[in-house]
Amino acid sequence: MSKFLRFSSLTKKIIMAFAGGFLMVFLPVHLGINFFILPITENHQDIFRDAVHFMTTFPLIKVMEIVLIAAFIIHLLYGFILQVQNWVARPVRYKKEGWSHTSFFSKFMIHTGVIITIFLVIHFMNFYFVRLGLTSPPEGPYRVADDHDFYFMAVNLFTNKTYSIVYIVLLVLLGFHLNHAFQSAFQSLGLTHSKYTPYIKAIGDIYSIVVPLGFILIPLYFLIYY
Amino acid sequence: MDLKLKIWRQENAKAKGRFETYHVTNISPDCSFLEMLDILNESLVDKFEMPIAFEHDCREGICGTCSLYINGRPHGPDAGITVCQMHMRRFKDGSTIVIEPWRARSFPVLRDLMIDRTAFDEIIQAGGYISIATGNAPDAHALPVPKNKADLAMDAAACIGCGACVAACKNASAMLFVSAKVAQLALLPQGRPEAARRVQAMVAKMDELGFGNCTNTYACEAECPKEIKITNIALMNREFFAAKVCSQKEMAGTSGAG
Amino acid sequence: MTRLNSKIPAGPLEDKWNTYKATQNLVNPANKRKIDIIVVGSGLAGAAAAASLGELGFKVKCFTYHDSPRRAHSIAAQGGINAAKNYRNDGDSVYRLFIDTIKGGDYRSREANVYRLAEVSNAIIDQCVAQGVPFAREYGGLLDNRSFGGALVSRTFYARGQTGQQLLLGAYGALSKEIHKGSVTMYNRRDMLDVVVVDGRARGIIVRDNVTGAIERHSAHAVILATGGYGNVFFLSTMAMHSNGSSAWQAYKKGAFFGNPSFTQIHPTCIPVHGEYQSKLTLMSESLRNDGRIWVPAKKEDARKIQKGELKPIDIPEEDRDYYLERKYPAYGNLSPRDISSRAAKERCDAGHGVGSTGLAVYLDFADAIKRLGRNVIEARYGNLFQMYEKIVDDNPYETPMMIFPAVHYTMGGTWVDYELQSTIPGLFVTGEANFSDHGANRLGASALMQGLSDGYFVIPYTVQNYLADQFKVPRFSTELPEFAVAEKEVRDQIDRLLSIKGKRSVDTFHRELGKIMWDYVGMARNKEGLEKALKLIPELRAEFWKDVRVPGKAGELNPELQKATRLADFLELGELMALDALHREESCGGHFREEHQTPDGEALRNDKDFLHVAAWEYKGPDQKPELHKEPLKYEFVEVKQRSYK
Repeated sequence: MSKFLRFSSLTKKIIMAFAGGFLMVFLPVHLGINFFILPITENHQDIFRDAVHFMTTFPLIKVMEIVLIAAFIIHLLYGFILQVQNWVARPVRYKKEGWSHTSFFSKFMIHTGVIITIFLVIHFMNFYFVRLGLTSPPEGPYRVADDHDFYFMAVNLFTNKTYSIVYIVLLVLLGFHLNHAFQSAFQSLGLTHSKYTPYIKAIGDIYSIVVPLGFILIPLYFLIYY
Repeated sequence: MDLKLKIWRQENAKAKGRFETYHVTNISPDCSFLEMLDILNESLVDKFEMPIAFEHDCREGICGTCSLYINGRPHGPDAGITVCQMHMRRFKDGSTIVIEPWRARSFPVLRDLMIDRTAFDEIIQAGGYISIATGNAPDAHALPVPKNKADLAMDAAACIGCGACVAACKNASAMLFVSAKVAQLALLPQGRPEAARRVQAMVAKMDELGFGNCTNTYACEAECPKEIKITNIALMNREFFAAKVCSQKEMAGTSGAG
Repeated sequence: MTRLNSKIPAGPLEDKWNTYKATQNLVNPANKRKIDIIVVGSGLAGAAAAASLGELGFKVKCFTYHDSPRRAHSIAAQGGINAAKNYRNDGDSVYRLFIDTIKGGDYRSREANVYRLAEVSNAIIDQCVAQGVPFAREYGGLLDNRSFGGALVSRTFYARGQTGQQLLLGAYGALSKEIHKGSVTMYNRRDMLDVVVVDGRARGIIVRDNVTGAIERHSAHAVILATGGYGNVFFLSTMAMHSNGSSAWQAYKKGAFFGNPSFTQIHPTCIPVHGEYQSKLTLMSESLRNDGRIWVPAKKEDARKIQKGELKPIDIPEEDRDYYLERKYPAYGNLSPRDISSRAAKERCDAGHGVGSTGLAVYLDFADAIKRLGRNVIEARYGNLFQMYEKIVDDNPYETPMMIFPAVHYTMGGTWVDYELQSTIPGLFVTGEANFSDHGANRLGASALMQGLSDGYFVIPYTVQNYLADQFKVPRFSTELPEFAVAEKEVRDQIDRLLSIKGKRSVDTFHRELGKIMWDYVGMARNKEGLEKALKLIPELRAEFWKDVRVPGKAGELNPELQKATRLADFLELGELMALDALHREESCGGHFREEHQTPDGEALRNDKDFLHVAAWEYKGPDQKPELHKEPLKYEFVEVKQRSYK
């Protein structure tokens, strides 16, 4: 553990970037499956269940699951360590704080990060821990068949209006986080280029809008139709 | 112009500081900011008070000595200049100006607005140079350097070591300063032989001295009086990554990395 | 008989330095460790010397008043550095650089020194490139050159408008490397307040730690001063605010002769003075004269209207403009040497043709260059300078001509040194601008950087060894020696005296007054009457200073007013010596212009019969007239002739 702490600031950042980058790859996959909660095809429920089944049983995915959880933990842990070091680096604060022009969302990464973490814990309790038998499935109008029945777990949650609104707000915050995170990861890994960096930034902007928006469509659907 | 100034006063490194309010009157808009402080100091000496200690030397924006945090921004409201190049016409008559020293654990306050920036020297001493001795260097034309690389190296080399990047960064990170030197020497063929060693040594020193970490907020670039680009930081990250992954266990003597 | 021995090696000009190096004494590597050397100053000359001596294995202590060695005022040099590389194939050579420098200095420098300077100039460029100095390059990857005043070839290497900065950072890198290795110990934020002489040799210095106020003693086998020039005696100059002449002055008072103190360079292209509160003047690089054309209105009534703000420069038609440099000096035109350009500007302004609200400015116009080359080219060449000008003056030089006026920029005078750069105190060496050395009565553009680095990298490492060759047997010096105690007491007494006056006037008011006396009577044009007046006014001002100065605060703390006061106390004595030297030199040469000695068309008139010498002044005690020693300048290889840039 102490070795992880003793890594140089740049090593920590590179690890942050890799972990975060991996999470950013995972998000669209997650979104792709989520879409099938919506009645986009006739057998969307079956497809969703099949997808969940595949994701929870296929051996390679099982391995990736560990990697994913590790990525979450590393990203959180280093985010926290770096932040503490940053606070320590300026013990006396300014009277008139920071009027410099900066990348706006970058200033709130720790805040958006902490909120997303809290949501993530709830999210785990609602789904992942249920499968592990640690928590009970979310209550709602539908009966959840078994601890693998993620479809009704999700539907139960989204039919709760408060949950849906909180979910939407959180995904907007996730968008803020991703907006800075995407190009920041490239910067931390040193992947900048006078020709291509503008495209990376544009892709980052699109990604940070499209992915959270995709997730938001689902509670929106429930808010409107239920 | 008449102005109200709120200035940080602190007798020495150990003393507890406080803000004092001063009024200056009849300041010409053509007066430079530091000349305005000179005028205030004259009036303090007239009253047998200690004048405000602030750092300055060349007063033409190149020595990097001046270091004031004015109204929430290092070197004041204008981009691309140092405090000493700023003139009072930049401010509105009757306004209040808050002047603070630069704040960072690695830049302790010595007196009033003066800070100690030896940490920057220590980072350079850790490796911010090309290790050649005086005499018998090869002919200057022996090693052609592509113009665009030479220009980029010059852009990075323009750093005046003032520390505005650290002052501006919400994390008090010195990445822009360190990367400017790393980039200058990494871009030039002369600097390649010890590039891997240099970047690791300088980053290690930077961490040891207690600067914060870079979170890519880019406040440093916005406030740098010489407009050093954050692409230098990316270049340093790249150099560092390559050096860590590729260099041999013994740091010294290997040149293959990067 | 004079005690001055310039120690110039015999033999043909081009062999002198090689002969010296081949026959000098050296110190064995194992013994170098036993020898301490103090270097005061961390600019080009100081940092280069400290780094090079550290590399050789000496134990070096380097001192600077700055918070970091990288801030020395060498950093402000903009234009470039000369070298006789002849990369342009335009007829340059070591000999031509030598001749240009001798001629530029108006035949008041030593042939052998100048030749050595030209000879090592090429090695400087090689050294700096190897250090990673990002000089301007062409698309082929090789180095670019530009031309500078006083030369017919393009031999100036440059790094945008920041050549001094880049060269200094190169030297700073070398110095940092040696600090890291432990061969050099760096002492920041120290003012040198005295030099300690033991048994007739320089053996140490007394410094004040400007943060704590502690007075420290440091001993060494040799002391090198690289403390820059004393132009701030004029209060307004292009020097940094804290540049001072104190170290040189302390050395002078301990027995080092002061050479040609009156030789001051007034730079022609500075931003004009704009108000009473002004603290310093800003230089616009001489390189601007490559493309800018200098003019004033030919008609006085136009000039008057411009001064009142009724006319703008663009309102003056071409035929009513007087491009006086091109008119008077057609061969060199706008690239005439600095002394000539400055004086011509002053002459036009005195004649009532000056512009700006004060009438003390001339135009530097880029309209033609923009028309010929396009705005983009001009922006690429001078963008940062134009931006700097606009920030200060609030005028856009792309649209309206710049206003410029001469300002004090460099002091060719300084501590007298021999060929080995050793002063008249054995073991006290002086390098860079601090010595009187290589520039004679006027320095050419892009030569200061060359001299600083030549002294630091390539001369001092040899000549110091020649001195130290028998010194390794002398054990390290204790700072407990009585000489150190006496010197420290003197320093403490002076500080206590300054603090105890508690008068009514601040240090700056005295400094401004001294500056005005110096500029009015010991400035660009001097005459007997004015100099005699200065010699009366300066001692009076000095007496008043010691009666009425107000220095707040204590000795044992960070006290910027006290630092200013100790420096001004020295300037108040140095100014007098400058006036005395200017009065003695009954001729005009280079930057020294005596109104009594001019040709019918207003050019400097030299008197080679009586003044082909270096004036070296010896301190004789407080309020005593210093003694003048003359080092005759022997021109064996060059014919001394009237300078002509026409």
